[in-house]
Amino acid sequence: MERVVQILADAVSVGSLYALTALGIGLIFGVMRLINFAHGELITFAAYTLLALFGQPIPIMLFGAVSVAIVLALITERAAFRPLRNADPTTLLISSFALSFFLQKLLILLVGSRLKGLDFLPALARQIEFAGVRLQLLQIVTIVVAIVLLVALTWFLKATRLGLHMRAAAEDFRMARVLGVRANKVIAVAFALSGILAAAVSCLVVVQTGVVQPRMGLQLVIIAFVGTVIGGLGSLSGAALGGFLVGAATILLQAFLPPDLRAFREAFVFVAVALVLLFRPQGLIPARGLKERI
Amino acid sequence: MSEPIRGWRSGAFEMLPRLWPLVALAAIIAIIAIAASFAPAVLQRRTTQGLINLIAVVGLYVFVGNSGVLSFGNVAFMAVGAYVSALLTMKPAAKSVFLPDLPAVIAHAEWPTLPGALAGGVAAGLVALGIGWPLMRLSGISASIATFAILVVANVVFGNWTSVTGGQNSLMGLPAYVDLWTAFAWALAALVIAFAYQETRSALLLRASREDEAAAQAAGVNIVRHRLIAFVISAFLSGVAGVLLGHFLGIVRVENFYLDLTFLIVAMLVIGGRGSLTGAVAGAVVIAALTEVLREIEVGFQLGKTTIAAPAGTGDVILALIMLLIILLRPHGIAAGRELTWPFGRS
Repeated sequence: MERVVQILADAVSVGSLYALTALGIGLIFGVMRLINFAHGELITFAAYTLLALFGQPIPIMLFGAVSVAIVLALITERAAFRPLRNADPTTLLISSFALSFFLQKLLILLVGSRLKGLDFLPALARQIEFAGVRLQLLQIVTIVVAIVLLVALTWFLKATRLGLHMRAAAEDFRMARVLGVRANKVIAVAFALSGILAAAVSCLVVVQTGVVQPRMGLQLVIIAFVGTVIGGLGSLSGAALGGFLVGAATILLQAFLPPDLRAFREAFVFVAVALVLLFRPQGLIPARGLKERI
Repeated sequence: MSEPIRGWRSGAFEMLPRLWPLVALAAIIAIIAIAASFAPAVLQRRTTQGLINLIAVVGLYVFVGNSGVLSFGNVAFMAVGAYVSALLTMKPAAKSVFLPDLPAVIAHAEWPTLPGALAGGVAAGLVALGIGWPLMRLSGISASIATFAILVVANVVFGNWTSVTGGQNSLMGLPAYVDLWTAFAWALAALVIAFAYQETRSALLLRASREDEAAAQAAGVNIVRHRLIAFVISAFLSGVAGVLLGHFLGIVRVENFYLDLTFLIVAMLVIGGRGSLTGAVAGAVVIAALTEVLREIEVGFQLGKTTIAAPAGTGDVILALIMLLIILLRPHGIAAGRELTWPFGRS
């Protein structure tokens, strides 16, 4: 019983992590039809900021990571995506792929490709007793952070003027512009929000793994991409759900597969994804307004 | 620029304008190969590697260029080809050392190299047929992400299927038969296959769907089917490129068939221009030449008594930067979707 609860807690916390990552990607896809590979580099650069600021008080480290992710998100938007705003999605995809590799290779050039240990917030690795079951504090923190960010994002989108503009832009960008939505502002805010989400994921992952390395972001993002696709590209709730399911499925397979098949867990997850797509090519929660009207 | 080609007439000479892109590209790589055969051994080896990359880029182009859907998964097909050919052609004695748990049929196989290479390509094509059947239903951008998933799955499977692939250990002792002329012959074959395919009705219909999916669908084009055909041919060529890479290095390592190779091949195609065979070849040749220059800079050169060298990894950063600049400033690459055209007046 205790083991089952522990596995569930693990699945939910890892699922939350991927949900946050997928949400950051989904947010950008919504307003720009861009699949942002470079979202992974936002996560990586935030993690290396933690490494660079190691020894400073925790709030300063967190503030540094969030600011670097936001600033990098805004710079990449300005430099690599704004000039392509009217390009087709494949061109945008290639641009983000090139940008992602550029940032990754630049980081390797600057700091080397070896992974580095980073003992960030070791207190969170502690086990605590919760309703008679021993759980890792970090799992609970991860779940709480994910819920808080989800609620905050939902509030922002539903209750503020800017959020309304963003939803309008996601549904029909041209029409929204005609009605007075400022494209540059909405897109910049979306990128800043994706930066905040990336920094949150980055901090949680660093606490969990205790290491940073130049590929860490890309590895997370590839799985989260698959989450956004099965959730339904262009739908935010779909992205969160898809990311959550893919992350949780990985942990459940790890726990319940026979030992010699465990190494293949990603393969099983992706085969399951392919089967889902066979029956629902638009994803679990299809987005409105994605299919172009003629 | 000459006029577009108007129709077909029989007779070898009259066909030349129509076949010109193929003839010209074949001539270019022939000149490169012949020049390299007089060069020192090191340069010859690098040219061989460049030709193998060219086959991989042409393989990627067959799908990406005709369908308009970007694929990140072709390196997975290269890995399939490399492993299949390695397992079929390695000496049984070597296999019994590295892979004691192989099924008997494979353990005792010692195929000649050419059937091994063809089997590698065909295996990659069959895998693509199986995977592509569900995936080609996805819309363009989702399909691209799904091809990335193929790459990850292949990496997980080959990296952990220890009884067959050796897992994280390298598979060593492949017959290292690939020299300049083998690579050249296969590069020619790849050009012929890619060109012949893009002249077929199926490829034309697919290109129509690339230009306007909705209109093509309305005109009755079965997009899924034509995409799948292109995907399988593309995987076959990628598989062959993987076979050649394995037998060129004499070793198959799972991490050689992952993100870095994917980036290189995709960058070559994007920089050259993903809309035409000319673009694919141009990208492979230009980037190979550029990589050579960057390698020299990383090694360093003497200036007076000091050696000036760029730090290792500079080449990768510059390649990524060039790809970024190309997509921003010239989104359709060097060739911009055009093929080489018949230079001698109207056809």
